[in-house]
Amino acid sequence: MSPETAAPSVAPSRVIGLAELFRGFATIGLLGFGGVAAVSRHVIVEQYRWLSEKEYATVLGVGQVLPGANTVNAAVIIGDRFQGPKGSLVGVLGLMVLPILIVMALAALYNRFADIPAVNVALTAAGASAAGMVIGTGLKMLSRIRPGIAGWIIVLLAVGIIVGLHWPLVRVVLLLVPVALALTAWLGRK
Amino acid sequence: MTTLAILGALARTFAMISLIAIGGVNAVVPAMRHEVVDLLHWMSDATFMQLYAITQITPGPNVVIVSLIGWQMGGMAGLLVATLSMLLPACLLAFVVGRLMSRVAGSKGFKLAQDALVPVAIGLIIAGGLDLAQAAHRGWLTVVISAASMVSILKFGANPIWTLLTSAAVALAAHYSGLVSLA
Repeated sequence: MSPETAAPSVAPSRVIGLAELFRGFATIGLLGFGGVAAVSRHVIVEQYRWLSEKEYATVLGVGQVLPGANTVNAAVIIGDRFQGPKGSLVGVLGLMVLPILIVMALAALYNRFADIPAVNVALTAAGASAAGMVIGTGLKMLSRIRPGIAGWIIVLLAVGIIVGLHWPLVRVVLLLVPVALALTAWLGRK
Repeated sequence: MTTLAILGALARTFAMISLIAIGGVNAVVPAMRHEVVDLLHWMSDATFMQLYAITQITPGPNVVIVSLIGWQMGGMAGLLVATLSMLLPACLLAFVVGRLMSRVAGSKGFKLAQDALVPVAIGLIIAGGLDLAQAAHRGWLTVVISAASMVSILKFGANPIWTLLTSAAVALAAHYSGLVSLA
């Protein structure tokens, strides 16, 4: 069996301390540009190996279904898992502190740099790049997890409804979760 | 409004928005605009859009839009109150659900929920990326950058920061050599 299909209760054998949690989530906060999805998977699954691909996808799925920022919810759950409530707190702090300081600095400087063409060009490119990386991250998770028929239908439904019909996310989630549960129960993991 | 009244209103507004933000913070940016611009008359549409634009170029979770609105309305105290009000309700809920999750891990029901939720998570990521790509679209070069960045992650497992920096460098070179106009 590949590590991705390992039972969700299997935790890494090494101790994951508060400092490591802070560093990891601070990296996500600092480099998660235009959609944190790509960086957060990179840090959590590949760089620090806190979770397997499937565990990460599960935590993220729960974070998406619950209200609030997805990555913040993931930080709460992952932090608690390794270091209890303190871990949750350190994870969220790591994620939020640098971005808040940066947004204050940018707001203070905004009028000075907003009209510089080079800044706009670089930001446009960074936005396009981040978007591509988010798509690549989703496709990579898909190729590693190898969902069954039900899984494929659910993925296609999600993409179709959001990209094709432009439904608000709340409605998509409220519709998709029961449909996904029913489909999975009915078709199993074929 | 007195400072205390503003802090109270910030707390109420964002605690409520925190709990309706299913699917992430971007899903409630329109609701936030409605509260802050239309109902509370705290700022103009243009100011709100400017704050939003600033958070779009800020790294990290887009929940920082809340911190920025709080800062604008009530200085450091406003920033802290708004951010904590937005984070606390959702974080407590996530904490409780996370605990429940680890308690039922391995059970049949958990496996079913996991097999159902994982494809939802992946579908939302891919769809979100496609939405972002559409929003970032400024002609063929941005399409090439999006596609190349996608491949860099998918095929090479590149560190996102290098992909980001390379993309910016390529765009700057293309723009200033007169190949395309992205400004």
